[in-house]
Amino acid sequence: MMAEKQTGHIYTVSILTREIKTLLEETFPFIWVTGEISNYSVPSSGHSYFTLKDQQASIQAVIFKNQKLKLRFEPENGIKIYGLARLSIYEPRGTYQLIFEHLEPEGIGSIQIAFEQLKRKLSDKGYFDQKFKKPIPFLSSNICIITSGTGAALRDIIHISKRRFSNINLEVLPVKVQGAGAEQEIIEAIHFANKRQKAQVIILARGGGSIENFSAFNSELVADAVFLSKIPIITGVGHETDFTIADFVADLRAPTPSAAAELAIPDKQILTQRVFELRQRLDKSIFVRISHLNDMIASLTYRIKIPEMIIYSHRFKVEELELRLKNQIKNAIRNHKDKINGLTDMLMHHFYVIFQRNKIKQLELMSKLKALSPLSVLSRGYSITRFAFDKKIITDSIYVKPKDRLEIILSKGRLISTVEKVNG
Amino acid sequence: MVKKQSFEASLKELEEIVKEMESGNLSLEEAIKKYEHGIKHSKYCNAFLNTTEKKIILLAKDNDGNSIEEIFEDEQDDIQP
Repeated sequence: MMAEKQTGHIYTVSILTREIKTLLEETFPFIWVTGEISNYSVPSSGHSYFTLKDQQASIQAVIFKNQKLKLRFEPENGIKIYGLARLSIYEPRGTYQLIFEHLEPEGIGSIQIAFEQLKRKLSDKGYFDQKFKKPIPFLSSNICIITSGTGAALRDIIHISKRRFSNINLEVLPVKVQGAGAEQEIIEAIHFANKRQKAQVIILARGGGSIENFSAFNSELVADAVFLSKIPIITGVGHETDFTIADFVADLRAPTPSAAAELAIPDKQILTQRVFELRQRLDKSIFVRISHLNDMIASLTYRIKIPEMIIYSHRFKVEELELRLKNQIKNAIRNHKDKINGLTDMLMHHFYVIFQRNKIKQLELMSKLKALSPLSVLSRGYSITRFAFDKKIITDSIYVKPKDRLEIILSKGRLISTVEKVNG
Repeated sequence: MVKKQSFEASLKELEEIVKEMESGNLSLEEAIKKYEHGIKHSKYCNAFLNTTEKKIILLAKDNDGNSIEEIFEDEQDDIQP
């Protein structure tokens, strides 16, 4: 070209323009460009025309209707984008412009790329492995909250903790959760909590926001701090749909700050109720056991008492027999007495009869005897001589000596006489 | 007192004891021993639930990097429904 120019070759505008077009389009077939959108307009054709600019320069740009359908956002003035474009010359006006095939908001795009890259890297390092997840203590007496000191997240967490378990200690480590220095403050807070060793669990939280706001939670250094923390960490960042690198590394990810508090803090009322129920069951089981044993003992004791009852019953039997025996004897004695009495009566009767009979006989005999009595003999003139001394009847004179005093019984009266002479 | 352990462990042990006692397979001596143990655990759990002193502290650092503890004042405290 230089040679041609030097040789005086003259271009027509059209040829020059076409040559420039060819040159540009061949040199920059598909390029990535970044800049800020301005002068954005959509004429009736449906294509979008705008100026892409940075501090020093600007280029006209267009994106056609068909390509626009594939965009995940609506371009507008002031948005920084990056995109894939062809550079093209518009020959009638001698202007060049970028024809975009694809556009992405610049911030999110790069953040997303960085996010995916970091995610892959940490995943390869094993940061997300289940085996490294520390168990969350069932009931921590001390919980460290790392979040903004002024945000709604902290208020939510405190509120939840009061509702569920009001006497759990909370330690708040206020940090910046976005902007310059946030990353460093979060890392320091995690280190500090670990050095302090008071909390049994850390809640790392942040309220909702756009992905740019979460950059501190998507940082590799924060990921390192979370991974290396000896104290288990629960993250609660943004909303349900927000996932940050910190969430993946954390021992437990909660969808929101409130949910993080709920995962960290059990409901005291439920626990108290549970302990109460267990205590009741414990008491009941031992009381049932003891009362059952009591029943058994009572029953056994009763059965032990039975021999005693046997002794009693035997004693009753003996007493009864004794009584019957006594009665028997009494009856026997009474019977005998009656018999004896009967016999005695009979005897008396017989005796009386005999007595009467004998009395009569005796009277008869008496009269007989009377007839035979010596006295009656005496009356006939006989006398009885006896010693006065011993009343011995004298029937032979040989027993009598002179001078013996003799009594002579007559039929009537007696004579005391002295013996003068004895004739043999 | 039960030797210092986590609330969770104590509660779990209490649950085990209650189950064992309710199974009725224990001798009386064992049952009484378990019961005493169970009572201790239940007391420990209750103590754990009730005696922890509630405190919210704000940990800050002074200019020399030393930590300062302040009681955190939660202005929302009384407004909660």
